[in-house]
Amino acid sequence: MKETDTKFLESAFKKYYFEHFDLIHVPQRTSEREFGYQKFNSGMTRHISVKDDKELHLLLMQNVPSDVYCSNAYYSFPNLPMNEKDWKEADLIFDIDAKDLNLSCRSNHTISICNECNQISKNSDQCSKCNSTKLEKKSLPCKNCIDASKTEVLKLSEILINDFSINKNDIQIFFSGNEGFHIYVYDSQFQQSGSRERSELVDYIMFNGAIPEKFGMKKFKPNRNSFPDFNESGWRGRFSKYVYGSKSKRSKIISELLVNGYSSFQKTLDDVSEKIGTKIDPNVTMDIHRIFRLPGSINSKSGLTKILCQDLEKFDAYSDSCFISEESVEIVANCPIEFKLKNKKFGPFNNEKVSVPTFAAVYMICKKLATIA
Amino acid sequence: MLALGQDEIAKYPFLADAGQYLKDKGFTLDQFGRDPDLKDLITKAYERIQVAADGKIYKSDLVGDQVSREAALPREVFSFLLAIVLLKLSGMHTLIKRFALAEARRAEKYLEKDLANISDESKKQLAIRVIDDLFSVQIEKIDDYFVIPVSDYLKHSINFHEREWKLINRHVENGQVFLTPHETVRLIRKELGTYINSKIVNAKTPTMIPGFEDHVNKLVMLSKKFSTFTVTTGEYPPCIKHAIDVLEKGENLPHSGRFMLATFLLSKGQSVQQIAPLFKNAPDYNERVTLYQLNHLAGTSGSGTQYSCPSCEKLKTQSLCFATSECDGIITPLQFGKKRK
Ligand code: SF4
Ligand SMILES: [Zn+2]
Ligand SMILES: [Zn+2]
Repeated sequence: MKETDTKFLESAFKKYYFEHFDLIHVPQRTSEREFGYQKFNSGMTRHISVKDDKELHLLLMQNVPSDVYCSNAYYSFPNLPMNEKDWKEADLIFDIDAKDLNLSCRSNHTISICNECNQISKNSDQCSKCNSTKLEKKSLPCKNCIDASKTEVLKLSEILINDFSINKNDIQIFFSGNEGFHIYVYDSQFQQSGSRERSELVDYIMFNGAIPEKFGMKKFKPNRNSFPDFNESGWRGRFSKYVYGSKSKRSKIISELLVNGYSSFQKTLDDVSEKIGTKIDPNVTMDIHRIFRLPGSINSKSGLTKILCQDLEKFDAYSDSCFISEESVEIVANCPIEFKLKNKKFGPFNNEKVSVPTFAAVYMICKKLATIA
Repeated sequence: MLALGQDEIAKYPFLADAGQYLKDKGFTLDQFGRDPDLKDLITKAYERIQVAADGKIYKSDLVGDQVSREAALPREVFSFLLAIVLLKLSGMHTLIKRFALAEARRAEKYLEKDLANISDESKKQLAIRVIDDLFSVQIEKIDDYFVIPVSDYLKHSINFHEREWKLINRHVENGQVFLTPHETVRLIRKELGTYINSKIVNAKTPTMIPGFEDHVNKLVMLSKKFSTFTVTTGEYPPCIKHAIDVLEKGENLPHSGRFMLATFLLSKGQSVQQIAPLFKNAPDYNERVTLYQLNHLAGTSGSGTQYSCPSCEKLKTQSLCFATSECDGIITPLQFGKKRK
């Protein structure tokens, strides 16, 4: 990134941090958390402890980081090297990202930036100018991406609440600032679970590794008795609703399943996993030493804020998370795709000099699709 | 500790405080070596070990036996306690392991029976309390099922590799997993074995008691049958070789052992990809988790801190050290073969 661009982003971010202290708080049990941050064009600084909001705000003003992180884990000594920290427990965290949902809209709003010649083109496997295949992909997620992610969030919450008996008030949902959601679960029975246990939770939530026997299909002498009922709880119930469709079709579908046999049933289970399993990023949930983007901080992939969703249904990601100023700036934009921020449409721009509000300029510069004029 | 009745101690003799038990019954170890009437209990204890060494479960006097209960009960407990004394005197670790495992299986049978006992509530409660006390698994009974919190379930189930133990293949409701008595007991099998094993390992070794020598010698002979001779490559220190052995046999290596092995090999310049297959035989192998953990140790993910191999001193406290004379004068396994006195 060019010096002038980083300077510009730094001043925009600093202004945000200065004006929005109200949105940025240290989490509960602050002194047991590890903090970390990254500055533009430089590496990660980790193993920091922060005392309170005031100290956090000071850190933000002094360093003007591009990204700020905080552990979901609690340690006795958060600022010591990892093997001396003394891990105590960790909140459960989940990451749901539109890029993992195989959405058909995605190719329409993905941009390829050539690593060799910097040529920017709509989604392709090869640079249109130099034919290089070394491309960096940037996505400008759309409303469909967000809606599909919201659906996954709801699926996840349903499992957390019904299967794991987690109190609704102990679940917090944040827009990640880019193209998905971060979900936190506090005070659950899993606080002290290690990564292997969390990996099992992941498979449960994603519906991975199910065996036919547990969903009614026996290998030898299969019979109708063991198939799940329509109203059963947990995955057997969700399986029924998806596979039978309706209560009245249960009997007919079971007959079909029996005729098709055991190995076909395994395929049915794989299909269930694909269609109704919750698509979470396994690596995030099983990582118990992670530092995760701090709520209220800006995501430097977009310039948008990671923000709490009070009402997920009404939440408008590309409006409710945009806090950068409206002030107009001149940039050279090379953004072949139209995008929407704060209910305004921008682009497409074909390598042209334009005046746009700072928030749109920040968005495009973060995506490497514009530079300061 | 639990307050135990007579036949409960007979079923779960590892719960008794050995020294106290003998004292309460008015016996000393010396008497068993001297008194001809008691001496055949040593033979009985020896047989108990022998059966275990053969991989069988000791047939208890408690089930369908002619011996009157009154007489049988103390004998049952004594033979267990004396078996431990014999094992300690012989110092044969392979036998201790086998014995602990067989005794665990035996106890498992009783636990399962007691859990499923519908006519005697107190038996069931005892089994539930044993499991809670020993393994901090809180069991509640709902209809015909035993339910335990999902997090407790996972702590144990991650050690199984059969897919039926995956959480997705379990009845989960309200944060709890529903299990049959058999499954409940099966869940803690490994820990039960470990518990009994550590109780024996941590028991004090008495000095040789007159009258015990013959059986101790027989045990030493018996254990020869089981000792394996490993070819030494002269490259890795004994602790590392031992850890690799354990994994190759498909046995469980404790977390601390895996940490030692991984950090050692990483320091020797091996890559995560090279090391990962070593863990393939582990009973709880999970590729995703193994890679995550190795990358974490290597500092290639997350923290970026590379972990270093523990010192010999630390490994000694973790019972991972198997020092030979070649280890003289080194303070970390990494110095093995480098530093000479
Ligand atoms: S002395 Fe050190 S190197 Fe030798 S076995 Fe023990 S721990 Fe390993
Ligand atoms: Zn190019
Ligand atoms: Zn989209």
